[in-house]
Amino acid sequence: MSMRHAWRSAQPVPLDDHGVDSRHVARQIFRRRILLAALIALVVFAILIWRAAFLQVDRHVHFSELAESNRTRTLVIPPERGRIFDDAGRVVADNIATFQVQITREDATNLKQELSLLQEALNLDDDTMSDLRERIRFGRSFDPMLVKSDLTPFEMAKIAQLQPWLPGVEIQSSLKRVYPYGQLLAHVVGYVGRINVADLKRINPDVYQGTQYIGKSGIERQYEDELHGTPGHKEVEVDALGRVVRVLNIVRPIAGKDIHLSLDVPLQGIAAAALGGFSGAVVVQDPRTGAIKAMVSRPSFDPNLFVDGISQKNYKALLDDPERPLFDRAMTATYPPGSTIKPVMALAGLQAGIIDPNKKFFAGPYFQIPGDEHHYRDWQKWGHGWVTLDDAITQSCDVYFYDLAFRLGIDKLHQFLTEFGLGTKTGIDLPGESAGLVPSREWKRKTKNQAWYPGETVIAGIGQGYMLSTILQLAQATSTLAESGKRFRPWLVKTNELAEPSIVMNHASYWSDVRHGMFDVVNGPKGTARRIAAPYLIAGKTGTAQVFTVAQNARYNAKALAQKLHDHALFIGFAPYDDPRVAVAVIAEHGGSGAGTTAPMARKIMDYALGYKAGAPVKIELTNHGD
Amino acid sequence: MAIKLIRKRPTGGGERLHRGGPLGSSARWQQKAASILAVIRRINYDPVLLFFLMLIAAIGLLAGYSASEQSVVWVEKSAFRFALAFLLMLAIAQIPQRFFFSIAPGLFGVVVLLLVAVYLFGDIGKGARRWLDLGFIRFQPAEILKLGMPMMLAWFLAKRPLPPRFLDVLLALVLIAVPTALIILQPDLGTAILVMMAGIFVLFFAGLSWWYVLAFVLAVSAAAPLMWFYVMHDYQKERVLTLFNPMADPLGAGYHTIQSMIAIGSGGIWGKGWLQGTQSHLNFLPEGTTDFILAVYAEEFGLMGLIILFSLYLAVIWRGLMIAANAESAAGRMLAAAISMTFLVYVFVNAGMVIGILPVVGVPLPLMSYGGTALVTIMIALGMLMSIRTQRSFLGHER
Repeated sequence: MSMRHAWRSAQPVPLDDHGVDSRHVARQIFRRRILLAALIALVVFAILIWRAAFLQVDRHVHFSELAESNRTRTLVIPPERGRIFDDAGRVVADNIATFQVQITREDATNLKQELSLLQEALNLDDDTMSDLRERIRFGRSFDPMLVKSDLTPFEMAKIAQLQPWLPGVEIQSSLKRVYPYGQLLAHVVGYVGRINVADLKRINPDVYQGTQYIGKSGIERQYEDELHGTPGHKEVEVDALGRVVRVLNIVRPIAGKDIHLSLDVPLQGIAAAALGGFSGAVVVQDPRTGAIKAMVSRPSFDPNLFVDGISQKNYKALLDDPERPLFDRAMTATYPPGSTIKPVMALAGLQAGIIDPNKKFFAGPYFQIPGDEHHYRDWQKWGHGWVTLDDAITQSCDVYFYDLAFRLGIDKLHQFLTEFGLGTKTGIDLPGESAGLVPSREWKRKTKNQAWYPGETVIAGIGQGYMLSTILQLAQATSTLAESGKRFRPWLVKTNELAEPSIVMNHASYWSDVRHGMFDVVNGPKGTARRIAAPYLIAGKTGTAQVFTVAQNARYNAKALAQKLHDHALFIGFAPYDDPRVAVAVIAEHGGSGAGTTAPMARKIMDYALGYKAGAPVKIELTNHGD
Repeated sequence: MAIKLIRKRPTGGGERLHRGGPLGSSARWQQKAASILAVIRRINYDPVLLFFLMLIAAIGLLAGYSASEQSVVWVEKSAFRFALAFLLMLAIAQIPQRFFFSIAPGLFGVVVLLLVAVYLFGDIGKGARRWLDLGFIRFQPAEILKLGMPMMLAWFLAKRPLPPRFLDVLLALVLIAVPTALIILQPDLGTAILVMMAGIFVLFFAGLSWWYVLAFVLAVSAAAPLMWFYVMHDYQKERVLTLFNPMADPLGAGYHTIQSMIAIGSGGIWGKGWLQGTQSHLNFLPEGTTDFILAVYAEEFGLMGLIILFSLYLAVIWRGLMIAANAESAAGRMLAAAISMTFLVYVFVNAGMVIGILPVVGVPLPLMSYGGTALVTIMIALGMLMSIRTQRSFLGHER
């Protein structure tokens, strides 16, 4: 005990009623309470540590995952879309760099001043500027905001010059899909557009994250998977605001594959030009391989309009155009094949053994089903007289083929034409192909719930009535004729499985019988297309598809009819006759006659395709006879 | 009882510096140094308390450096503040404890008047009326009461027979209730609770009968629903509700709690390592250098780090309680014990909030959180604790 303590002890001590030192009692209580307080402190820290252990040991994995997902984001790097080339390596769908200016708020030192500089340099109107200001105000400070896209080189130079006064302003490049040939290949190559709700249903959204475009039609759509490529990704660490702090890992995207088409752009151009002002279609095929060398549908449209979203006005204009430029006349539209079906019909008759190629048949002005009054008239009012098969093809004798079809019967007709690839899709590597129609009893019962009438067989013999085919199907049939039965699936992009089952005739001579008829169409003295006879040998067949049914006692008078009601003019042909390298099918809507309108078009196309430079231009004239 | 552990400081130190040594300038220098040392030795402080406090402050700087995105400027500023705060504590420790009690009634009265003034004319900040602008300084009078309250009650009860009688308890309760009510009206529930707790602690250590304690506990349980419906504001209720289901509003009310729990939980047993915490460095954790610094620390140093830190806090409280147990005067021991327990409340409320067992309230973690007023209050309190520890003979008038 110190002195101090002794002194303290000398102080008077107040006693309570029981004579106990109340200070001493209070102190005892106090010490017990201190002990209690210490215990409470222990318990409190035990609770804290228990809870911390729960979080850090029991739930550690869970919270680690949460922290990790907090921390990292995966950003997709879209791949560059594959380009599309024609047969000679011309780019028909390209990616070009476009440049845009953007500004990042947090990097700008004097935002107000920089914005006014930009407005002046880029000549931006006040609306754009106020919109930009809004976006900057409400956007995240580290997100670049688009100021102007599609910069001209002049604008880029201006920005570059002002760069020292524009911290936070940068020029960004991005790739834009461009179709350098515009309208020319619109239906075949197709176009890309912004991904919409319908697209989202058929794609894997992971693969398309960050991708702007998706193929909407044509090759762009058909080969979407190849063209698109494989996206890469960037794993980044982000802060609480989503700002990228650092890159953890990068997997580079794999660019989409380039697509090489069988098309030949100049030939396509020639074919499109050959159609002149007509709506219509041309398909040019290499009969030896099935390769499509040209595929034209007119009128056309500019696919570039669709790339960044077509404007409502433009789209409406395309939809409202009575000529329907978006409609693909080469493979989506179906037409009555008309007389162009006759060579195939002849083969059907030969195969069935109901006609003899050399036997003469008397073709009067009309055909009658026994016991029926109806006259199935020939295009030539006075008939063709005694004709062989060759004459019948050459002169496009309708009565011969009425008789043939009638005797063949719809069932065998249907079977043979189907075998020839008509009435079914060719399987070309493009979306949107139509199957056409080769009618049958079954078909009629199913769709019309009616019995088949013999008269319908008769008109099927000249490719009228219910029969419908696409120009692509006619081109393929022409190739089959050119190759004497060897068939290929039409294609734009080469693959391995292109050969189709060949058509085997009972006698190989049947092919030459029919092919020779086609040869005489162009080269014979009575051939309907004799005016296109060329220094190389063309074989072909003209055709007319009725748009307007001429009454029993009336005559078709082109002059009296409005252009809209004129017949569709068709022509199929291949050349050279003895070693076919090109097969062509042409339709000119309301073109009048195949002989006058479409045959010369085919000639122009073949000239180019075969490398023949014609000295004199081929005359195109409208005529109402000759088929 | 392990309470008699406090060693008496050696007296009359400094002689050994006179021994030997050459005379001349160096000797004079030595003499000078000796006299400085003598002054230092006369400075009144508790080395044990100081040691633990400095360790905690060092940890605070370490965690703060990380939380401030490795800002040296921040660390310098913070270290400077800590240095000032420690000097303040040492200065307070030099003041005889009687002084605290002699100013207690005046201080208390003035602060209550100021609280009334705040209620009537106070500045409104963040929807609450807490600040009083005296022209040259803006301050929260309620903050003063965190110390003023235990000082006042200790002074009041020590003058009367202990354990306190019924009337005295009643008067003490009035002394507690009036300012508490005024602070609730501001509204500042957090400070009100801290002030009230400080007063209750003094009553408790005065030897309040267990019957009263029981009655108090019952009263609190009865008052809780009433508080919920009549006193608590929507944002306060929201914080409480958030505690029970932080995922209900993960980006709003629950955000702090969730991100804090993610930070702590992802730290694991050993932590991610100093400066390696992703939650804090990527700013997912709000208030990383202030109220939520414990989460930053726990993420980087793990459960082991928390155990070490909590042990240090426990050591401080333990030491405070020992000082109280050994204090000679009744007022001193009550004040010392109340300060120790208030310190515990601070740590518990902050840590409880950070680890998600208490609602989000703005109570800093002593010596870790970067904050002005709270640090000053805490250091003054610790200075008083050190002052109470030393029973200077010339101040020996206390009862």
